[in-house]
Amino acid sequence: MPAFLLKRLLNAAGVMLAVAFIAFLIFRFVGDPVELMLNEQASQAQRDELRVRLGLDKGFVLQFATFVGNAVRGDFGISYRNQQEVFTLIAERFPATFELVLVATFLSLAIGIPLGVYTAIRRDSLLAKALQFVSVLGVSLPSFALGILFILVFSVTLQWLPAFGRGETVQLGWWSTGLLTASGRKALILPGVTLSLFQITLVMRLVRAEMMETMRTDFIRFARARGLTMRSVHFRHALRNCLMPVITVTGLQIGNLIAFALVTETVFQWPGMGLLFVQAVTFVDIPVMAAYLIVVSFIFVSLNTLVDLTYAWVDPRLREDALSGAANAR
Amino acid sequence: MLAEKIRKPSPIARFLDSDIGWSFRRTPAAWLSALMLVLLILTALLCPLIAPQNPYDLAQIFIDKAEIPPIWAADGEWPFLLGTDPQGRDVLSAILYGTRVSLIIGFAAVLVSMTLGVTIGLVAGFHGGRIDNLLMRLGDTVLSIPTLLMAILVSAIFRELLPPNLREPFAAVVLVVSISLTNWVQYARTVRASTMVERRKEYVLAARIIKVPAIRIMARHILPNTLTPVMVAATLNLGLAILSEATLSFLGVGMPITQPSLGTLIRIGNQYLFSGSWWLVVFPSLQLGLIVLSVNLLGDWLRDALNPKLR
Amino acid sequence: MTKASLATKSRLTLKSCLLAAVALTGAVISGAAEAKTLKWGAAREIASLDPYSYGDTFTLSVLNHVYEGLVRYTGDLKIEPALAESWETVSPTVWRFKLRQGVKFHNGNPFTADDVVASLERVTHADSPLKGNLPAYKSSKTIDDFTVEIEVNGPYPLLLNDLTNIFVFDKEWLVANNSLLPTDSGKGVKGYATDNANGTGPFIVESRRADSKTVYVKNPNWWDKPQHNIDTIEFLPIASASTRVAALLSGEIDFTNVAPLQDLPRLSASPDVKVLQTNELRTVIFAFNLGDKLFESDVKDKNPLKDIRVREALYRAIDIDAVQKRAMRGLSRNTGALIAPAIPGYEPSQDVRLPFDLDGAKKLLTAAGYPAGFNFQMNCQSDGLVNEEEFCQAVAAMWSRAGFKPNLSLAPRSQQTPKRVKGEFDVISFGWANEPMIDAYSILIQVMRSKSGSGGVFNWGNWGDPRIDALIDKAGVELDTGKRITMMQEALKIAKTEHLFIPMHQQPMAWAMRSTVAQTVQASDNKPRLWLTTLK
Repeated sequence: MPAFLLKRLLNAAGVMLAVAFIAFLIFRFVGDPVELMLNEQASQAQRDELRVRLGLDKGFVLQFATFVGNAVRGDFGISYRNQQEVFTLIAERFPATFELVLVATFLSLAIGIPLGVYTAIRRDSLLAKALQFVSVLGVSLPSFALGILFILVFSVTLQWLPAFGRGETVQLGWWSTGLLTASGRKALILPGVTLSLFQITLVMRLVRAEMMETMRTDFIRFARARGLTMRSVHFRHALRNCLMPVITVTGLQIGNLIAFALVTETVFQWPGMGLLFVQAVTFVDIPVMAAYLIVVSFIFVSLNTLVDLTYAWVDPRLREDALSGAANAR
Repeated sequence: MLAEKIRKPSPIARFLDSDIGWSFRRTPAAWLSALMLVLLILTALLCPLIAPQNPYDLAQIFIDKAEIPPIWAADGEWPFLLGTDPQGRDVLSAILYGTRVSLIIGFAAVLVSMTLGVTIGLVAGFHGGRIDNLLMRLGDTVLSIPTLLMAILVSAIFRELLPPNLREPFAAVVLVVSISLTNWVQYARTVRASTMVERRKEYVLAARIIKVPAIRIMARHILPNTLTPVMVAATLNLGLAILSEATLSFLGVGMPITQPSLGTLIRIGNQYLFSGSWWLVVFPSLQLGLIVLSVNLLGDWLRDALNPKLR
Repeated sequence: MTKASLATKSRLTLKSCLLAAVALTGAVISGAAEAKTLKWGAAREIASLDPYSYGDTFTLSVLNHVYEGLVRYTGDLKIEPALAESWETVSPTVWRFKLRQGVKFHNGNPFTADDVVASLERVTHADSPLKGNLPAYKSSKTIDDFTVEIEVNGPYPLLLNDLTNIFVFDKEWLVANNSLLPTDSGKGVKGYATDNANGTGPFIVESRRADSKTVYVKNPNWWDKPQHNIDTIEFLPIASASTRVAALLSGEIDFTNVAPLQDLPRLSASPDVKVLQTNELRTVIFAFNLGDKLFESDVKDKNPLKDIRVREALYRAIDIDAVQKRAMRGLSRNTGALIAPAIPGYEPSQDVRLPFDLDGAKKLLTAAGYPAGFNFQMNCQSDGLVNEEEFCQAVAAMWSRAGFKPNLSLAPRSQQTPKRVKGEFDVISFGWANEPMIDAYSILIQVMRSKSGSGGVFNWGNWGDPRIDALIDKAGVELDTGKRITMMQEALKIAKTEHLFIPMHQQPMAWAMRSTVAQTVQASDNKPRLWLTTLK
């Protein structure tokens, strides 16, 4: 076990190092940082001085090492656009994105699981077929178009829900939350639903497939033979049995949701990390782009590693498989 | 035997007569979506012939025809079936040309990522060892960056690296590259897995013994045996690729306004959401939804039809 | 890092305690009327809280609520005393300012002559991005606690105009926070003033979360008699125009200074929203690359745009009425002059356009030797001028019909500006408001002058003309207003007859607000002045 743990962690560290390398390449080679930071009237002496201070005159390997060292300490430099420490900028916006992702994850489970169970046990009913179709529709419609539609209907026409922003937030230490105020919770609804739609269909399809698989297994047949009620068979035996993969996929998807939140955040002008990133891309604000890449990948890799380790801990058979490179296969 | 030789059934007839063909004929969702897709592709490819206007030819666009609503509305005007945009550009023509852009980028991205993934998967699976390890770690790294983020970054980097005056003409190429670079891993993993199974089989061993070159073994013997799952993945990925392109263009890092794709049209239309010109955002969105829906329905059916477990 | 943040935190608590106390007393005085809040939905975030960190008109106009200059513009753009009470010229190059007494900064420090000198030194420092806003400055010194002398390079008529946008910092506060020098982001140091503010203005920065929300509260100790009744301003940047409109319609914001033109009918139709609309000072023109070669063209050996007939053909090919009616939604003011009527230097006789004449344009093009036209690159911004995307596309279409082959490049400002500055274009759309000077000298010295010293900073396309340069240099040292204006008019006339630029329009500006906003002042410089705004 310790050997496996070590190997898995080393693997994750290797992947993070590769990500850091990509981020470093962006930082170093997309546009000359010196040209981007100084104004046009700067003299050659000023340019050279800045080049030395930024360490750009050093060797490539040394520069990369410095970059990684700074990144580990959370020092991503200063944003070109609003001249603030990039780490602070990202830390300030993290709670907004996290709460949005949390709500979307909650919605996807609360809605996706019942729908999945229903379409699995009543697979030939008209409603189940309709739901199946709607689920394909759900993955086919671009989320930004849905978000725009929601704003048009619920904010402009009906005036029920706010069209942008987080509403009132409460500061708990460095964490700002919108969950504690009525306007904050209201503001979460539209973006939360928009972000969760894809996820709902994913959970629904997964639960349906797992349920149908499980229903064919012997222990369900025995349970039915024992004369248990269908309700008990479906929910106490079958559903429970397929929750583990659902939880796993949900965990792994959180990283993707954080990334996908940038579309939702753009549509609803949600002041999270994603909006920060999209604005950084338009302004070619390289430090912010590089930092966002590292932070999101770090969350992503950590979740993957955590899920793998938990699995290995629960089920020793998986250890060998996990080592053979299929760790991330989904 | 003899009768078969005489009739020589066409490929389509042969397809309809096969197991899959039977399932195809029996599933309305499958043939309806296939029909829809063929129709969409045809209209997009033939857009110079069908479209009332060439939206790229500035000389044909008159600003005094701006923001005419669709033909069935009170102020509708012939020949602008779906109305015009604030430049006086015919919306139907813009959608047809935009569909062509979206489809070409989508197909090209799938083709490139498939070629890339299949090649990497074959090499990794066939050679194993260090090369395998290196290539698969590369895949892990790509997968550890969420696809959308990766696509945005790659397109931003490539655009920055191009000289300024080449950025717009090459916007489509940049998009294809950025979508492909994020999507090849799935193919690589599929092909690698089946290659590792195939390479231990006797026919491959036999070929190796008689010193058939590795490339030839991979291309002629192993590749055909791995193609079924690859085709399913490709179909499902086409929908994703088209959506990715639309999302990037919507975010403003994709196709420029001078050669709009459906995503660009939606982004522009979004600016007019409240001015009453709803047709600018609704019709491109519908068209985009329709394309992706048809592709996904077809992909779903194909996956189920080829899955022996569900037969 | 941790120490600093601890310090900030304790200071913040202290400040909020202070503010709470202030708010309490305020409430008692005003007879417990409910606090009035204005939610301002802006199109973008300001660059920084430090007015000297980035030369951007919008940032300055927002920060003018917090910081003030020696003089300021009134609602109808006349210069009036602000932190200075009076001034006189001691000699043609020395100005003496008498400062207002009893003014306090937001942190309670008194305002004195030292603060003015420190601020002037800071803004004119070599690293300051704003040093161009005070081009004539030579030195300054304190005479006594409330008297300052400013020396300029030579006789300079526009010092007061320039000073409207030079805000005064508290020297003691700058020293305490190691910010006497301007923030230079290239130095890798985060300036204290970037995140913190301490001015004398009518509003105090209470909290700031960049890109999300900045809260300004009323300064109860403001030296001027407030003409507003606002207790709190919430500044909310909303980049997406449609979201901003939706937010205004649903009451999430009360006011926006950037209402999209295409949404004005819908906004006016709403009973809860009113629209204020007029024309800006900003005049929109097309400018050319007049270098030796075109940037991107099939004509490689020479520059056809140097031929006046070609420029005239481009001018005549524009159907300005169609642009005005459609692209600008009937809200712009067509112009034949290169500056707006309100700008000193304007002459009605210059405000006559060449008529729209498609055949004439084609004939001129043929006469110039290009019967089949030629390619050129047209550089426009997608987030720059009002409806720039729309009018650029419309004009490109019109030029195509006249036989030209414009290759339109449309991208965000951040991507287009570097190309424009480097001269990598053939035609650009360009807007100039002549602010903060409000004088034709602004466009003449900064845009039309051939590059030399601080002149011609925006002369990106080599469009200088020696005759114009000579007139500009003469006007720059002429203290007699009448003579100065004649010289400027003459210079503008040369530019007009040579068709060095194609004038288009004065662009429209539109604000929209909920009916809760009782009254506000919309001047043609497009700057919200919330200290002149009252709420219901």
